[in-house]
Amino acid sequence: MSVQFDNRSQRILRPVKPGFIAVTILVALVLNMLPWRNIAGIPDWVALALVFWCVREPRRIGIGLAWLLGIVMDAANGALFGQHALAYSALAFASIALSRRMLWFPLWPQAVHVLVLLLASQLLMLAVRLFTGAAFPGFLYFAGSVIAAALWPLVTIVLLIPQTLPDSMDENRPI
Amino acid sequence: MDTTPPPFFNRGPAPLVRLTFFGLLAVLLMVLDARFQYTEPLRQVIALVAYPLQQAALAPVRVARATFDYFTSKSALEREIDELRARHLQVAKDLVTLEALAAENAQLRRLMEAREKWQRKSTLAEILYAGRDPFARRVVIDKGSSHGVRPGLAVIDELGVVGQVTRVHPMLSEVTLITDKNQAIPVQVVRNGLRAVAFGSGDGETLDLRFMAANADVQNGDLLVTSGIDGTYPQGLPVARVARIERDAAYVFAKISLVPAAGTDRYRHVLVLSQDSLLPPPPPEAETDKDRPSKMKRPRVRRDA
Repeated sequence: MSVQFDNRSQRILRPVKPGFIAVTILVALVLNMLPWRNIAGIPDWVALALVFWCVREPRRIGIGLAWLLGIVMDAANGALFGQHALAYSALAFASIALSRRMLWFPLWPQAVHVLVLLLASQLLMLAVRLFTGAAFPGFLYFAGSVIAAALWPLVTIVLLIPQTLPDSMDENRPI
Repeated sequence: MDTTPPPFFNRGPAPLVRLTFFGLLAVLLMVLDARFQYTEPLRQVIALVAYPLQQAALAPVRVARATFDYFTSKSALEREIDELRARHLQVAKDLVTLEALAAENAQLRRLMEAREKWQRKSTLAEILYAGRDPFARRVVIDKGSSHGVRPGLAVIDELGVVGQVTRVHPMLSEVTLITDKNQAIPVQVVRNGLRAVAFGSGDGETLDLRFMAANADVQNGDLLVTSGIDGTYPQGLPVARVARIERDAAYVFAKISLVPAAGTDRYRHVLVLSQDSLLPPPPPEAETDKDRPSKMKRPRVRRDA
């Protein structure tokens, strides 16, 4: 039984536990608050987790939660208040809009979709900050999104583990 | 025929409606923050909620630092002690002269019946990490409002001005470095007393001396110190050295690049200077137009103290 991480797979995933979504988002927040975010190429973990759950569970995770996470990121980072909130809201909207399409692709084409989404949200933040008079941080600013998109297959595999593992192992039952 | 879906398919407002609502809310917050700075209390509350998360994220860094410090080799420590001894001797010599000068200065001031302009107290702080906002040059230090740090205080290291406290949390503060694009600092050329304002250039490593006439008397290697006329930075702290001057006849102003004197990216410990007595409050008409350039160009009141 090979596991396929798109809609062409015949396997049915088990329903996701809301607690697991909460834990992954909390972990992403802590990862984002590590003092390494100023190093170029470190992905925005919250944005990545947000895209993942918006694509996988568009009925549970939506724009409201994205906005809230953005506000927390703004307060914690000392960024312009509302900058991440706007970018994450738009990111969640685009992810939900793309969710039905994306999951028909294999993992790497999915990652390309994610790259476009993340770059667009970064461009939005860049536009807002340049408009308020900040300096251009250099093109390495976008490296984080490329790395995040490259991690997409791994993130998908890891975050779907709880939904692919059976409750109890049974040789005669495929799931 | 009734085409409305049955209520069990109800998913609330359409995504586009939600996006519009939350997007507008975010834009409103940004305007309130950038133009009016009304969002600080809200930010403080959220930062307080996020504080445990931040501490959790900082814990591994703290452990790594402590481990690294513990295993610093003996030879490195001995070398550092030697260096510190040498510097101590050097500083002690300066200190003796400084004490004599301070005493002399105090006596002169008493003679002039002038009051002390600065009574400085300093707080030693450790830089926890560089700020996570890639658009600004900031560092976060481990002293906050519970240690008496207030927004606007000057932050120095042993070589010169590092920056200014711009946001204070209970246990942490954010210091905007002088290399930040929006950070301005009034300076004075030591050689001839010429006053100017230095701005961060935005590349994170240099500063610009803006609005200096193309024929201004500034030379390569000139040391710039704080002029003290702003009432924020104490007078006479080293800020930067002139690194490059481009005088182009096509422009009214010369393009002057500065290299900061302080190790804005190097050191782990900084001093936050508290100020107990400030300059007299500015006259009321100056408050409406604090940053107008004519204020910088007013005639000098006195020579270098």
